[in-house]
Amino acid sequence: MSGTDPGFAVYLHWPFCAAKCPYCDFNSHVRHQPVDQARFAEAFATEIAMTADRTGRRDVASIFLGGGTPSLMEPATVGKVLDAVARHWNVAPNAEITMEANPSSVEAERFRGYRAAGVNRVSLGVQALDDRELKFLGRLHNVEEAYRAIEIARATFPRLSFDLIYARPGQTPEAWAAELRQALSRAADHLSLYQLTVEEGTPFANLYAAGKLKVPDPDAAADLYAVTQEICDAAGMPAYEVSNHARPGAECRHNLVYWRYGEYAGIGPGAHGRLRLHDGRHATSTERLPEAWLARVEARGEGLIVDDILSQEEEGDEMLLMGLRLAEGIDVARYQALSGRALDPAQVADLVAHGMVERTLAGHVRATRAGFFVLDAVVADLAA
Amino acid sequence: MTASPQENIRNFAIIAHIDHGKSTLADRLIQLCGAVTDREMKDQILDSMDIERERGITIKAQTVRLNYKARDGKTYVLNLIDTPGHVDFAYEVNRSLAACEGSLLVVDASQGVEAQTLANVYQALDNNHEIVPVLNKVDLPAAEPEKVKQQIEDVIGLDASNAVMISAKTGLGVPDVLEAIVTRLPPPKGDRAAPLKALLVDSWYDAYLGVVVLVRIVDGVLKKGMRVRMMGTGAAHDVDKVGVFTPKLVDFPELGPGELGFLTGSIKEVADTRVGDTITDDRKPAAEPLPGFRAAQPVVFCGLFPVDAADFEELRAAIGKLRLNDASFTYEMETSAALGFGFRCGFLGLLHLEIIQERLSREFDLDLIATAPSVIYRIKLTNGEEIELHNPADMPDPVKITEIAEPWLRATILTPDDYLGSILKLCQDRRGVQVDLSYVGNRAMVTYDLPLNEVVFDFYDRLKSVSKGYASFDYHLTEYRAGDLVKMQILVNGDPVDALSMLVHRSQADRRGRAMCEKLKDLIPQHMFQIPVQAAIGGRIIARETIRALRKDVLAKCYGGDVTRKRKLLEKQKEGKKRMRQFGKVEIPQEAFIAALKMDD
Repeated sequence: MSGTDPGFAVYLHWPFCAAKCPYCDFNSHVRHQPVDQARFAEAFATEIAMTADRTGRRDVASIFLGGGTPSLMEPATVGKVLDAVARHWNVAPNAEITMEANPSSVEAERFRGYRAAGVNRVSLGVQALDDRELKFLGRLHNVEEAYRAIEIARATFPRLSFDLIYARPGQTPEAWAAELRQALSRAADHLSLYQLTVEEGTPFANLYAAGKLKVPDPDAAADLYAVTQEICDAAGMPAYEVSNHARPGAECRHNLVYWRYGEYAGIGPGAHGRLRLHDGRHATSTERLPEAWLARVEARGEGLIVDDILSQEEEGDEMLLMGLRLAEGIDVARYQALSGRALDPAQVADLVAHGMVERTLAGHVRATRAGFFVLDAVVADLAA
Repeated sequence: MTASPQENIRNFAIIAHIDHGKSTLADRLIQLCGAVTDREMKDQILDSMDIERERGITIKAQTVRLNYKARDGKTYVLNLIDTPGHVDFAYEVNRSLAACEGSLLVVDASQGVEAQTLANVYQALDNNHEIVPVLNKVDLPAAEPEKVKQQIEDVIGLDASNAVMISAKTGLGVPDVLEAIVTRLPPPKGDRAAPLKALLVDSWYDAYLGVVVLVRIVDGVLKKGMRVRMMGTGAAHDVDKVGVFTPKLVDFPELGPGELGFLTGSIKEVADTRVGDTITDDRKPAAEPLPGFRAAQPVVFCGLFPVDAADFEELRAAIGKLRLNDASFTYEMETSAALGFGFRCGFLGLLHLEIIQERLSREFDLDLIATAPSVIYRIKLTNGEEIELHNPADMPDPVKITEIAEPWLRATILTPDDYLGSILKLCQDRRGVQVDLSYVGNRAMVTYDLPLNEVVFDFYDRLKSVSKGYASFDYHLTEYRAGDLVKMQILVNGDPVDALSMLVHRSQADRRGRAMCEKLKDLIPQHMFQIPVQAAIGGRIIARETIRALRKDVLAKCYGGDVTRKRKLLEKQKEGKKRMRQFGKVEIPQEAFIAALKMDD
């Protein structure tokens, strides 16, 4: 990783799923009628054009197709949407173009089509390497299919990552260590390893409230996190972010734009953006409900429902919140310029004394390994 | 309107335990006499403060003048005086009762007589009241009117054979109450020709009228335009307005003997009016004031500090404003090493303390930290001096102390037999000395002498919990007694937190110290390091707990779509940190101070 210019990225949100997973609180919707993909593609193109009108013609470092389940898109739909991005902004030849995909056999068949449409990196939602656990997580694929999808993806795309969810009910550090080693043996050069989080408004939240879902307590969660770091370090894939691991140089450029607090356009239903325009940094988001978003875009050219200009304090908070998640930490000078305030030296010294953060020669403040375990508390201390 | 013939006036109060239906009966009486239209009627019409309505308590005395056409064909003026019912306001209750000739004793026909009722009935009897027993809620299946009548006779010694049976809720029997007031209560006495002598029943601040003084005319006539003198304070005031409440405020040219009403005039602050004072004609003063006047004495003290130190001036203004309307609480500035600038405030009791705190936060939108409630200790020093200690932080060096005395009280507790054992244990644990124990049917009546120090702590909460809410409790202060009292300090991460220090009896120190440390352990959030919480007397640690270091606190996922939500969470966290106090390296939330002192061990 080099360079501190976070760059400009485009996020595209495909809001449909074949089924809703019980832990997921993303903006995803299940439709029992076929989705009119051509019409949605047209609306994406319209919103892209409108957004580009505001930002001007920017150099795009990364495009990310997230969801929902973007691998439910026809390759042609993907092609139309990517073409629209390229028409309105400058997409560098080496730009990262990622797509999230489910590792089911049906979707794997479309991989070549996506590659042809321009996708050069895929992120597979594998989530677990155990059929029972996959059922518990509400996933529609099995382990066999996942392995097959990983193989096809490796053969099709230059870059590949996959996700796992751990700290599942009853999961011991030993069991997780075995699963993680198995995953590492199949991995390319990037892995996202998330501890299961019970999100408000999900079926898991209801189960949890009813006492029918037990997740590891903070001590057990800390042990699992420690095991994860140990194994990934040894495998040469250290955490470059709280939950993301890569071989040096293989980090997800798109997500780095978020964490380095760069700019990104959010296109599609329920997509969020951060755009630096002449009057400040705008926080944008669009209508969440797909059909309402579609109607809005068709009527007025964009689906925006939130377009706020952030205060300096808000910008500072967001930069801390995102930047300290990275092993590289935040550039103190940039933080000061953005937020209009300095980090409290006494607070930093205190956190340094407790071994939670450290200062680097390059003028960064970053969380230590110990600091990662309690990062939210560290951020709250620094932001206060 | 003019003054009414004295023989057609009836002044009465309603005595009842909380929830036995006092406010509902008052509402019915007001409705039956047509004093308010149905449109104006709302529940608990006499409780004007939100706190009064919500908690079902009365803090300020109120009166309402009703015109009632009795069965004998004559129209009577009935003055209902609604009194505070809580022990904290015992003196105010006493003065309200002194303004009447009789009382309705309202007892829930299924619950029976409670301790609070008892105390107030005795006060009414002390004021020579004629008492009409009224059994409420007789329509409920659990009602046992005969048993309760027997209880009234046994416990209070009142003839309950002609008790009025009612349901204030449905209105059943309420007309009989009105008739009983007219036929069974005596009219007021008083000499119209004598110099003015009026009892100051209560007073409050009204934004439009200034200080409104509730008065009962004993002798003479109070007229608009006259100059009156307060015989206790000596201050003289010109009377601007005289009138009554119906419950709306209505101007009268004058009020004669036996009447209850109000006056307004050139009075700046409620503090200039003392409940129980005698008001007389400045030009033709009465020879003697009415008996029974005494100044309000705060008995419980605590420090009030703004959570955000920047709000200190706001707190000062708010306390000043509240004091305008409540002369019974006192305040003086205080500084705490931990909490900064605040006020040491004195209250009539714990309920009074809670009410003031609640009004400050509610009416003035202030976030407050309240320190441990403390009583006034009398300390004898080796140099022969005697001092009053209002604040444990000010305690002199123990080597200079020869004796510490603390206030004691006498408590009456009425409880169903089932809970007697736990209640006796509670009283014993709190250094109580049993004075008496007797039975009334299946209910026990226990009298205990207890140190106030133990009662302000959490006695009332404990009593409610061990008796499942069935025991009732009342007390009056008796005397100071010397005791083996020591100052207990709480240390968080090795630093003493002065706001949590307290005087305790040596025999209670271990228990309280342990309880406090255990409580704080749960109230202080985990930090990135381990925090010892200790209780100490002098240099000796008597209890210790450890708050373990935070091990894991980090969001698993945070991408572009999450930033706004996470930022809002962070803003809340920052807001929360503002509500915390920094002690050395440890942040203690405001709630911890309040909750630490409300124990349920």
